[in-house]
Amino acid sequence: MKSSTLILLKTLAWIACLGPLVWLVWGASTNNLGADPTATITFTTGITTLRLLTISLAITPVRRLLPQLGWLIKFRRLLGLFAFFYASLHLFTWIALYAGFNVNAMAADIVKRRYITVGMAAWLLLLPLAATSTNWAIRKLGGKRWNRVHKLVYVAAVCGVIHYWWQVKTGVLTPLTITIVLAVLLLARPALAWSQRRKLRVVAVPERTV
Amino acid sequence: MLIGKPSDIPSSDITPRDQYVQYLNRRRFLRGAFSGAVTAGAAALGAERLAEVLSPRIDAFAATKLRTVKSPLTTTGEQLTSFQDITHYNNFYEFGVEKSDPAQNAGGLPTRPWTVRVEGEVKKPKTFDIEALLKLRPLEDRVYRHRCVEAWSMVIPWVGYSLSEFIAQCDPLPSAKYVQFLSYYDKRVEKWTSETTINWPYSEGLRMDEAMNPLTLLTFGLYGEVLPNQDGAPVRIVVPWKYGFKSAKSIVTVRFVKNQPPTTWNDQNSHEYGFYSNVNPNVDHPRWSQKTERRIGLPFYAQRRTTLMFNGYGDQVASLYKGMDLRRYF
Repeated sequence: MKSSTLILLKTLAWIACLGPLVWLVWGASTNNLGADPTATITFTTGITTLRLLTISLAITPVRRLLPQLGWLIKFRRLLGLFAFFYASLHLFTWIALYAGFNVNAMAADIVKRRYITVGMAAWLLLLPLAATSTNWAIRKLGGKRWNRVHKLVYVAAVCGVIHYWWQVKTGVLTPLTITIVLAVLLLARPALAWSQRRKLRVVAVPERTV
Repeated sequence: MLIGKPSDIPSSDITPRDQYVQYLNRRRFLRGAFSGAVTAGAAALGAERLAEVLSPRIDAFAATKLRTVKSPLTTTGEQLTSFQDITHYNNFYEFGVEKSDPAQNAGGLPTRPWTVRVEGEVKKPKTFDIEALLKLRPLEDRVYRHRCVEAWSMVIPWVGYSLSEFIAQCDPLPSAKYVQFLSYYDKRVEKWTSETTINWPYSEGLRMDEAMNPLTLLTFGLYGEVLPNQDGAPVRIVVPWKYGFKSAKSIVTVRFVKNQPPTTWNDQNSHEYGFYSNVNPNVDHPRWSQKTERRIGLPFYAQRRTTLMFNGYGDQVASLYKGMDLRRYF
């Protein structure tokens, strides 16, 4: 790929990722966040986190299916870090607008409200991933160890979806779409690996006579 | 304070029913034609936003004004939530689960003709026409706080009269210990019912003494006009000291029963939604706290406030629950 194309695509990706934040800031300053602005901010930051995580998790399966899209790997870190950014905004919304910066209230919530427990877990799992996202960290850890650490993103994504389900009223099915998408993506990896192993097995039959 | 009685209105003043129906049909046609024209124009201009901005005002323009009187039972000292927010931020899952869905989808709710059937432990089952209900007692302006179980709240200027006045007309037997309310349900009109796993029609219920409390409002309007469809037209109840889902909308049946009736949210999850569902900051929902709430319509930094016991109506209703363990009977 030409470097100018890559720069263009990266710029577009940045703009797309910053879109929700710009909308929120504009909305907050013009009081245009709907009837329940706190809920709007909470939902927008949360769903953006899940969407960015999901898109970043789609990159590897897509690259396996369509090797000509190998350059997508260059966007995975960008998406992952933006996901962490929105997750942090989401966390800060809770700290500021729900807990009112009250540490005791926060501690009580984390222990008593299971959706906050699992949400907190999701953010804590993303933290080391953000911290080890730099080139320096990849070199220091080495490819194998780095890959093992970053498998935590699967757990974080699942925690995020559970956090969403534990928020809505019983019987409301709004989180279903993202759940299905994420399930497909998470199952795509073992499915693709299995089908590739099958192909290798068919080819590499040892020709030996006893 | 002049409280009008039905007998003050000379019968010659009453609009004949067929004329009134004609009037409503004309308004509905005009409303439809006008919104149709506006929508077509807006789409033609490629300005969908214009229609969004205009449509709430169309609703306000077309809604019928109600003749109301002041009420000593109104709540004072609260800033009213805007008509726009009250009519565009709704939980009415038969019309979709998003807050903006009912305003968009409830247009098909047929509010005329409308009857309310009274049955069960009564001297004689009756059917009331909505027009008769509107004339039963003077319609009062009652401002009430409205607290949703989802921890947001509004202040709404309802129009109606105490449910107890209606119950007097129902002649309940002494065996009637509870009242059940069933809401309108028609799959053809309410096409979004599969967005939840709820079994319809919507059912709610009150203990007889709760139903007879003067605060419990048989409600026909808000902001001095008939209820918009998305707010539970043409008749609903409002029980201000309980979580909002207890205030059943678009009621078609009132059934007096001996035992606690099944209610929709209690059926969905009895661990999370109790029969009583009194607003209580000390009894949390199993998954979230009820200590605070977000007041709708305020900037994000000003929404949070402390939730009041019985939504601030303790003086009028606390005695109903004397001796009851409100953690057990939540």
